[in-house]
Amino acid sequence: MSTTTPDAACDCPAGGGSASRSKQNGVLDSAPKMAVEATRQSEIDTLGLSGEDLLSMHRFMVLARLIDEAAIRQNRQGKAPFVIPVSCHEACQVGTAWAMRRGQDIWLPYYRDLAVVLVAGMTAFDVFLGIFSKAGDPTSGGRQMPAHWGSRRLGIITGSSPIGTQIPHAAGIAYAVKFRSEDAVVATWFGEGATSEGDWHEGLNFAGIHKLPVVFVCENNHYAISVPQSKQMAVENVADRAAGYGFPGVVVDGNDVLASYAAMKRAVERALSGEGPTLIECKTYRFQPHTSDDDDRTYRTREEVEEARHHDPLDRFSADLKTLGLMDDARIESLRAEVKAEVDRAVADAWAAPDPDPATVLRYVFEED
Amino acid sequence: MAQKNVVTAIHDALHEEMAADDRIVVLGEDVGVRGGVFRITQGFMEEFGPARVIDTPLAEAGIVGVAIGMALHGLLPIAEIEFADFIHPAFDQIVSEAARIRYRSNNDFNVPLVIRAPWGGGIHGALYHSQSIEAFYGHVPGLKVVVPSTPSDAVGMLRTAIRDPDPVLFLEHKKTYRAITGDVLDEPYTVPIGVADVKREGEDLTVVAYGFMMHTCLETATRLQEDHGISVEVVDARSISPLDKQTILSSVRKTGKAMVVYEDNRTYGAGAEIVATIAEEAMFDLDGPIVRIGGPDIPAMPFATSLEHFYLEPEPDQLYRRMLDLARF
Ligand SMILES: Cc1ncc(C[n+]2csc(CCOP(=O)(O)OP(=O)(O)O)c2C)c(N)n1
Ligand SMILES: [Mg+2]
Repeated sequence: MSTTTPDAACDCPAGGGSASRSKQNGVLDSAPKMAVEATRQSEIDTLGLSGEDLLSMHRFMVLARLIDEAAIRQNRQGKAPFVIPVSCHEACQVGTAWAMRRGQDIWLPYYRDLAVVLVAGMTAFDVFLGIFSKAGDPTSGGRQMPAHWGSRRLGIITGSSPIGTQIPHAAGIAYAVKFRSEDAVVATWFGEGATSEGDWHEGLNFAGIHKLPVVFVCENNHYAISVPQSKQMAVENVADRAAGYGFPGVVVDGNDVLASYAAMKRAVERALSGEGPTLIECKTYRFQPHTSDDDDRTYRTREEVEEARHHDPLDRFSADLKTLGLMDDARIESLRAEVKAEVDRAVADAWAAPDPDPATVLRYVFEED
Repeated sequence: MAQKNVVTAIHDALHEEMAADDRIVVLGEDVGVRGGVFRITQGFMEEFGPARVIDTPLAEAGIVGVAIGMALHGLLPIAEIEFADFIHPAFDQIVSEAARIRYRSNNDFNVPLVIRAPWGGGIHGALYHSQSIEAFYGHVPGLKVVVPSTPSDAVGMLRTAIRDPDPVLFLEHKKTYRAITGDVLDEPYTVPIGVADVKREGEDLTVVAYGFMMHTCLETATRLQEDHGISVEVVDARSISPLDKQTILSSVRKTGKAMVVYEDNRTYGAGAEIVATIAEEAMFDLDGPIVRIGGPDIPAMPFATSLEHFYLEPEPDQLYRRMLDLARF
């Protein structure tokens, strides 16, 4: 895989998107070298992640979590009509997104992919412009519901609400990438519910036939709104379905950011070397209701949610970083404070931004002269 | 200038376009080695190769969805739906995606996609190879729907569709494919989308039609002229969306009589929109009731000759009689 660093011209938050992925040597030499840490350390070394990478990944996870919390608060306060939570998906999102090259690769996220788009280059301010449906919302100028991501500048392809429709788009874009011999990989993310859609099948089938440079990432949180996985499919793993398309399906612990990164890194390498697609299934959970309009008490027990919270991917990665000597409680506290300030500022600035001008509602149905 | 039927005209134009612009790819069922079930892409696979002439899996939503992806990334895909009757699985990709991408992204993305589909009946296609689908899609902002009915228009409008930065549903009436022949200019002319064409000038009565019905109306108009000296103006709508209200209204204002003829089921058919336009904007220029002739409201055209014939002409010489009645009103 190419180690090209992302386009420095893209005005994304500092420390993002695999900025230092090209560093092959771990810089964790000062970390305690006890047995467990040593294993983790050698895993990380194999992945080619620097300490700086790990801290950036961690920061993105914290940022996503705090944006989520702030968005839900804005909803409760009546300022945000509709929000889509991310909490618990941060590890699989940051992990998989980290293997992509910002400004070069092509992203087709779904609505839950806050952390993916942050890594791709969106800012907290961009996100809240969307949540408050402001004129400056980079994805749609306030036309779409929040979290229907898109930005030509960042290579994030515009998304919609109908589940799974982006899957054939990813295949078609990957076809064009291959046709034009571009150095790029396409990735698309979706829930396990999406894998029941015909579009999902048709997209993967086409990608398999043409061995396209595309990675399909399933964030399996075991529910599609209220419908549990057992009513969604008769197989245990979404990844098993890849066999039907002639490419590998991989199951990873989606609450482990590094495992998610490792799987994605291999898939991206495969794609770039012309070996074709990979389906990655990240097993995870969703801590919050489906959206701000959902009441998850109607379909899952509090005990189940509580139990899942014991496997919080953010806590887990924080603990890892502490073990590796890259973080301590005080630094985690100050990081949270710093990120919270960033988020609060984004909320305030976005709230103050202008609303879309009603006179624009008729525009852009077709190309304008 | 050359005489061509509709199939040859479209084949040749598509061929020229592909030779001139290597961003163009065609994809669909049987478009490759077979050259398309109607032979529109005959010889393309050999000439342009399998990367540009793609035999797709049998999956219409996938064909359109994949084509949207290609269009979003620098290619100019021309997706073929083998028969318009089988486009329905792709409805969501066309309506929720292709047609909406520019609007929903606030002009950040656009989809330069052409979807070609053979439509219409009268060829023993029965319920699932005869349908008119233009009304479903004519209702969709962000999508252009065209229905050329002559070789010359098909060529000129295909070129325009390929150059259009937004999605175009290009409907080719199956019965015109080999039955209709006409002159096609050699130079690469275009015919604009959204402009109707007066195919026959007349004074007494305006008939607006499209597809194969347009040809039936032309024939009927000739007979009315010969038999009764009645002069019928035939307007070929050519484009369902956008609809050329101007040409239709000026013709109606001139003749004072309006008839709209379409092959689709009558209720909510595209002709209903044309009738409504005339009623809204030219009511006081009319000297008679607006006449609307559409197919019967049965699910689709049946197979048996007698049944198919009834669908197209429920009463003997229906068009002739209705035009005569209206002219004499
Ligand atoms: C085609 C379609 N059908 C139904 C819906 C309503 N809907 C929105 S999200 C959702 C569940 C999706 O579940 P999954 O794919 O597992 O993703 P998750 O929300 O769990 O992350 C449903 C049914 C929709 N948006 N689109
Ligand atoms: Mg789910």
